[in-house]
Amino acid sequence: MSVVIEHEDATIKSAMSDYWARVKAGDIGSLPAVLGLIALCTVFGSMSSVFLTPGNFANLLTQAAAVIVIAMGLVFVLLLGEIDLSAGFTAGVTGAVLVILITNHDVPWYAALLASIIVGVFLGFGLGTLVARLGIPSFVVTLAAFLAFQGILLLLAGEGGTIRVEDKTILAVENSNLSPLYSWIFFIVASVVYVLMGLNSIYARRKAGLKSELIKLWILKTAGLLGITGVAVFALNLERSNNPDLVSLKGIPYVVPVILLLLVVGTFVLGRTAFGRHIYAVGGNAEAARRAGINVKRVRITAFMICSGLAAIAGMIFASRQNSISPTTGGSSTLLYAVGAAVIGGTSLFGGKGKMRDAILGGLVVAVIDNGMGLLGYAAGIKFIVTGLVLLISAGVDAISRRGSAVS
Amino acid sequence: MSSPILSLRGVNKSFGPVHVLKDVNFDIAAGKVTALVGDNGAGKSTLIKCIAGIYTPETGDFHFEGNKVDINGPRDATALGIEIVYQDLALCDNLDIVHNMFLGREQKRGPVLNETSMEALARKTLDGLSVRTVKSIRQTVSSLSGGQRQTVAIARAVLWNSKIVILVLNLVRRLADNGLAVVLISHNLNDVFEVADNIAALYLGNMAAQVDKNEVIPRQVIELITTGKSAGVQAPVANKGAK
Repeated sequence: MSVVIEHEDATIKSAMSDYWARVKAGDIGSLPAVLGLIALCTVFGSMSSVFLTPGNFANLLTQAAAVIVIAMGLVFVLLLGEIDLSAGFTAGVTGAVLVILITNHDVPWYAALLASIIVGVFLGFGLGTLVARLGIPSFVVTLAAFLAFQGILLLLAGEGGTIRVEDKTILAVENSNLSPLYSWIFFIVASVVYVLMGLNSIYARRKAGLKSELIKLWILKTAGLLGITGVAVFALNLERSNNPDLVSLKGIPYVVPVILLLLVVGTFVLGRTAFGRHIYAVGGNAEAARRAGINVKRVRITAFMICSGLAAIAGMIFASRQNSISPTTGGSSTLLYAVGAAVIGGTSLFGGKGKMRDAILGGLVVAVIDNGMGLLGYAAGIKFIVTGLVLLISAGVDAISRRGSAVS
Repeated sequence: MSSPILSLRGVNKSFGPVHVLKDVNFDIAAGKVTALVGDNGAGKSTLIKCIAGIYTPETGDFHFEGNKVDINGPRDATALGIEIVYQDLALCDNLDIVHNMFLGREQKRGPVLNETSMEALARKTLDGLSVRTVKSIRQTVSSLSGGQRQTVAIARAVLWNSKIVILVLNLVRRLADNGLAVVLISHNLNDVFEVADNIAALYLGNMAAQVDKNEVIPRQVIELITTGKSAGVQAPVANKGAK
């Protein structure tokens, strides 16, 4: 073979210094979110006796779920350097479609969910077309849609009305858990798949004679990740009901596997397919992408469709959590929390930089602030101010790191 | 000119009221370096972008290897084997070197990108351009120096079995800086003095002189071209390029 095989003289130390060099060059990724999460958990854990209990942990996950899923969709749009301010009310409208179909028309949950996702994708197609074909700034298009979708939701819900949902499967997503046994099986299967995929990629690179990730580092990272998630599964499997004799509460909430599935699919699309690569390219340099023969308009429209389609899944999570859909579902701070989640997680508002997992990490940060400060008895006003500050700091870090990489 | 590989006839292109290209004819021959010169605003970039499929001209025929073709987009141009290295390089800063080299033409295995084969091919091409300074071809383009970025843009063009490569002059210089022998054929002495290291002047079939650029001034080269000799320039054999 004519390809030179580079000797693996790299050590953990050199890998660390490489990483530090990347951080200094502005490629900080999710580092602030991870550090922030650890700091917040330490502070709240020491100040509140409830914060670090399994019950609160499970509560945190179900609280964060809808915002995380909206943020996952927003990552696609933010990667293009665009924004979707209407995603919150898209979730509301699609949630209303879901609930109306189930409650008023006796449609089975899966058909209703599919229909609501199709409605979401259709709404996204409209937004994307206005942005990509007509060239209206996404800020304006989605701000208009923010108002209009709010109106649609109001009309669907009826005057002052909420529409209840009583479908067991939909309600189970946010209110029921995998049994502890299935929780462990789920954890083990997911871990085995994760490890095998990691090993396979290292093996494939070795076979092709390419420099692969340092195996020691990979083992360290994988062990760390599996350790943390293992502890989380263990904590979730503890009894967290106040009255276990009456009703037992243990295991992973169903919404967690739902989010993990979205994470895996989204990460695959962004990282392993040509379409995902093109999203990054358009976000990085749209003109270069166009000259490379990429259909930039189609990429933009598709990203908006994915964003709104994921918002429809968030709408289902809202319906499950609130047992109903109301005219405020997906409103108030939902969208700003979701944008905040993506940005805090490390997705750039300038486009071209971000990952699916950012939505989860950032969503957890937002939820921890909300939850922790609530437990400590702070007023809602203080919570908003703190969350706003955290978002501002993240956007500032993003802007500064961007400047750092432009200078070098 | 021998039969052109690409031949443009009667190309017109306007931007709103501005008529940029007016019935332009243009021929490019295989195995030759064709220089496209013109002042700022003469329409050079517009013509190149019409060839690249980025602009669609209002009228005009394109003939490639004798067959009439339509170039309706960058993909059509690359499918014909036309590669362009733009002055602004058209790289995505947020992507790594391999991603940039295969942008828009990713190799896939099923629906999945084949990263290993792309990386191996990119490495081979860059080694061919004797790029030794890049630490990892998995680093993002934003972390590269200006010269390294130019090299990536050139590597992207030569990666494919391209038949026509269009590049701006300062990139000719870059190719040479990467250790390739480059011969520039031109009578535009401004361009020659800008990028060449060594100037060879032919006069009626005789090599009038081959001299280091720094040893001569443009007037002497004009004399060499027009008369075959110039005061102060020695005969070819004695020239060793020492200053």
